[in-house]
Amino acid sequence: MKADLKAVEEAAKELYIRSLKLLPPDIKDGFARLDRAETDATAKTILGTMIRNIAVAEDTRNLLCQDTGIPIYNVVIGRGIEVDGHALKQAIRTGCERATREHPLRSSVVHPVTRKNEHTSCGRHVPVINIDFSDRAETLEIEMIPKGSGSENNSFLKMAIPADGIDAVKTFVVDCVLEAGGKTCPPTIVGVGVGGTADLCVHLSKVAATRPLGSRCEDPEGAKLEAELSAVVNSLGVGPQGLGGDATAFAVHVETAATHITMNPVAVNMQCHSARRARATFTPQGLSYGY
Amino acid sequence: MAHYDFHMPVTEEAVRKLRVNDTVTLHDTLFGIRDATQIHMFDRGRKTRFDLKGHAVIHTAPNVKWVGETEAAPAGYEPICIGTTTSARMERFTRPLMEQYGVRIIIGKGGLFEASQKAFTELGGVYLAIIGGAAALETTWIEKIEEVDLDDLNPESLWKFRIRGFGPLLVAMDSHGGNLYTQVNKTARSKRAAVLAALGVKST
Repeated sequence: MKADLKAVEEAAKELYIRSLKLLPPDIKDGFARLDRAETDATAKTILGTMIRNIAVAEDTRNLLCQDTGIPIYNVVIGRGIEVDGHALKQAIRTGCERATREHPLRSSVVHPVTRKNEHTSCGRHVPVINIDFSDRAETLEIEMIPKGSGSENNSFLKMAIPADGIDAVKTFVVDCVLEAGGKTCPPTIVGVGVGGTADLCVHLSKVAATRPLGSRCEDPEGAKLEAELSAVVNSLGVGPQGLGGDATAFAVHVETAATHITMNPVAVNMQCHSARRARATFTPQGLSYGY
Repeated sequence: MAHYDFHMPVTEEAVRKLRVNDTVTLHDTLFGIRDATQIHMFDRGRKTRFDLKGHAVIHTAPNVKWVGETEAAPAGYEPICIGTTTSARMERFTRPLMEQYGVRIIIGKGGLFEASQKAFTELGGVYLAIIGGAAALETTWIEKIEEVDLDDLNPESLWKFRIRGFGPLLVAMDSHGGNLYTQVNKTARSKRAAVLAALGVKST
């Protein structure tokens, strides 16, 4: 299948807008679960307001949160897809710019030194476009994640040492959740990267933070670790918005990569309760939108 | 835990009545302010023409649409989505906002720190917690954008909103040293050891 780049551009535009307005069903289910389990009265009120906001956004076709984030596009190219890679990236960038101008959306992207905002949600290396390949035949997938800054500003990396073992990883995660407090807009998805190089470790933490609720780490050791951390994180009492309560996190997600014999890196990246994402899938049957 | 309705602006006396866990709903006027707005006002010597005395400011940078000046959009901007950003980055601006401009109320998410707490106590101010990420709902509390200043910083301009029933908002830091965030943080840190033990972490 030859990728239709005009359709990719349209999808890149549509995905940005959809992601900002419609919360994925797994996150809505996550809210329902946290709300049922919440024992603190203030926290229960806050969760109720968050749930109401999801409905108001749908009813008024408005953005869930004013933070349009840093746009991230995760592209997965399956087998038999014929595409000009450079033109694909350009099409995504153009779609992102058009969403910002035509909706319009607040451009949250500035030059890091001059702080100049081009009002396009684009700049050097932004939108972030990650490209990967899969064995799925005749399938081109684009996932869009608008990553809000409240959660992104609380990102952490520790190059722990092998002698500190997995205890260093667990301790670091707990300390990051305490340090972040209400600043990350909890309840969050706590994403943890374990292993790799420094940059890969941080990237894995982002992959973990933006994975659907209910998904599991493919590495059994990672899956075991995320289950252990998920079971205890809500006993810290940080609560929604850091104002106390049980609902500190929807879950802790872990992603792993092999690392060096001398290294034990751990990274934490969190996704706020407005855990937005949208997905477009191109196949020979056409284009479909989902999460 | 009392509830108050404030028609802005308010007096120091009114603000000093508030205690943490009280709730407040604001009416009439609210100003939107953010990182760049305050960097320009307090680090680069710029001034606003707005009178902020006795008013509330909210940490925000809204999504707006330029529609041209009309009765419904006197500043030319229609609100699309107005929410709240994390306050922590703007900690050092609390005191100058209060001392130089007479601001009495700061609205944000995630809380502020020691220097702000001191300013609230000494000068008579409060921090009201709004629910971050609930911007679609928050937008329904905004009637219109009345005026805008320092608009070269857009979206981090200084916005003057006309509001109706903005709240209820939770008093999270008051002028008597009350601070919900430090209370919660202290409790959470006291649970750290038990959580690490449950994870089988041997010694920390």
